[in-house]
Amino acid sequence: MNNKQRKMLLRILVVSAMLAALHFLPVTGIPRLVAYLTAYLIIGYDILKKAGKGVVNGRAFDENFLMAVATIGAFGLAIWERSGDYAEGIFVMLFYQVGELFQSVAVGKSRRSISALMDIRPDYANVERDGRLERVDPDEVEVGTCITVQPGEKIPIDGVIESGKASLNTAALTGESIPRDVKEGDAVLSGCISLNGVLRIRTTKEFGESTVSKILDLVENASSRKSKSEAFISRFARVYTPAVCIAAVAIALGGPAVRALAGLSPDLSQWLYRALTFLVVSCPCALVISIPLGFFAGIGCASREGVLIKGSNFLEALADVKTVVFDKTGTLTRGVFEVVAVHRNTIPPEAVTEYAALAECASTHPISKSLIAAYGKEPDRSRVTEIEETAGYGVTAVVDGHSVAAGNRKLMERLGIPCEDCRSAGTVVHVAVDGAYAGHILISDVVKPHAKEALAALKRNGVETTVMLTGDSRTVAEAVAAELGLDEARSELLPDDKVTEVEKLLAARNGRGKLAFTGDGINDAPVLTRADIGIAMGAMGSDAAIEAADVVLMDDDPLQLVKAIRISRKCIGIVKQNIVFSLAVKFACLILTAFGYANMWAAIFADVGVMILAVLNAVRALRYRE
Amino acid sequence: MKKNYKIEVDCANCANLMEEATKKTPGVADAVVNFMTQKMSVTFEEGADVKAVMQEVLKACKKIEPDCEIAL
Repeated sequence: MNNKQRKMLLRILVVSAMLAALHFLPVTGIPRLVAYLTAYLIIGYDILKKAGKGVVNGRAFDENFLMAVATIGAFGLAIWERSGDYAEGIFVMLFYQVGELFQSVAVGKSRRSISALMDIRPDYANVERDGRLERVDPDEVEVGTCITVQPGEKIPIDGVIESGKASLNTAALTGESIPRDVKEGDAVLSGCISLNGVLRIRTTKEFGESTVSKILDLVENASSRKSKSEAFISRFARVYTPAVCIAAVAIALGGPAVRALAGLSPDLSQWLYRALTFLVVSCPCALVISIPLGFFAGIGCASREGVLIKGSNFLEALADVKTVVFDKTGTLTRGVFEVVAVHRNTIPPEAVTEYAALAECASTHPISKSLIAAYGKEPDRSRVTEIEETAGYGVTAVVDGHSVAAGNRKLMERLGIPCEDCRSAGTVVHVAVDGAYAGHILISDVVKPHAKEALAALKRNGVETTVMLTGDSRTVAEAVAAELGLDEARSELLPDDKVTEVEKLLAARNGRGKLAFTGDGINDAPVLTRADIGIAMGAMGSDAAIEAADVVLMDDDPLQLVKAIRISRKCIGIVKQNIVFSLAVKFACLILTAFGYANMWAAIFADVGVMILAVLNAVRALRYRE
Repeated sequence: MKKNYKIEVDCANCANLMEEATKKTPGVADAVVNFMTQKMSVTFEEGADVKAVMQEVLKACKKIEPDCEIAL
């Protein structure tokens, strides 16, 4: 509790004690009025002041105004009726203040706990000066400075490891709990924690430009992009409060008028009391407080899981995603080529790979690299002679005294060796040894381990259509689409075509549900902005992707997308529950009050109780379970 | 130019109103009040006297929510 809250607590305690004492003391007449009036002013002076200022500043009809009118009215009614029952007005004020205090403590507490979750800001950097480590403000470290990170410490600034190796906990950035091993020469990102080794890091960025600062900036500013629900609440509050005041006046004047017309006694004071109770019930604080809190908790929860959502509006849109469009390379597939099979081989498959790898050992082509990777050993170059590489064909060489040819169909045709085509999708390397066909090696981009699982999970979570866009050939695209269970694959697209395809899909959607585009953030900035929600994947360290996308998945695991959608669904669910719940209770109480079934006590309990429940419910958005 | 300030405000609605009031203050190009992080980020117009403008902003905000604080 801060000072303000402690002061309020003291006021509440003092007034409670006064009320208890006055209940038992036989004070009557003017002294009784003075005693109660004192208690009233102690508990409510700030509300009265604010209400007065509000009126002076042309902002009548706020919460303070409602409370002031209701309590002064109750007080005035007690004086006018000479009932001596002054306690009610004070109690209303007292409960209102208890509610406000509770709200301020609860909101403050949940705000702090959410902020603490996201508190990945490093406090210091270790810089070596005169042989001693010195802690300095990371803001003051210049680019190119050498900093030291000890075991258990957070890397404060992005950089490259100069010496040392360690396992890094990247959970704060990616939500991924498996540590990542880094060694000399590796680039490391701020926000990661070194688990075991001492690292000397040459910084490559300023603190303000480092990953951790960018993420914090992004998340902290996220709640400033208002969602539709939040905009609804602001608009609602603007109409609601004056409407309630008018309704209260209508009750106060209309009720007696109707009764008078019916020939009954007008019961002026009873209707006035109802109108005042009506005002107490009407305070919209449950709504106003719980909705932004719910969104904030949702965004906080997502960022802890490695999903950065740039605004409440995107969180809302994410919950309504019906179509997900994927880029293929780097998103669904790993974007690295791998040997997946050896077909039609006349010699053992290992031998085919070995010959091919040795023949291609001098080449720097990505295909050669994948062959060497499949071979699994450093090729012994002394076994290879007479290497001849022909661009667009392949390589011929002499390996262990055998002449080896490895390349595409054109190479085989030129050498006059009959070869068979591969029926699978991918790049094919034909291999011939001593002029005889030895088999072919199939190389393709492999799908990510969780891609299939992620697509199935998307379907279970309400996504209706999944589409893949790729610049790759039709056979490759269709093979991947079939393997992963995508609904549609559109292939052989140029980068510009992707925008056109997304536009077509948007048009076909007719505004029903939202369309999300998921890419790796490289070359697809125009598509990311064109889609309802642009999602960049595997964006750790890629500023361009973080810049262009609305939602950033720090990890490149497609399952993160499912997580993002589930978190947003849950958060929006909670927000909707709160809207419906608080409005329903409010309207029920308003109606009960208008017809005299609820007194001011019930009214104040309804107001504070709903608010507390709504705040507690909103905090639920912070938790995510698999 | 953009500057961030720490603020103290108790209700979400008041934070929204503070934002609106700040935006209307002369010399302010744009303003965002974040209730959750209790921060205010103000973008000033070219050549504005930051200190004087912030005094005006504080005054405008106090008018709306007498309880609010801006750490200048």
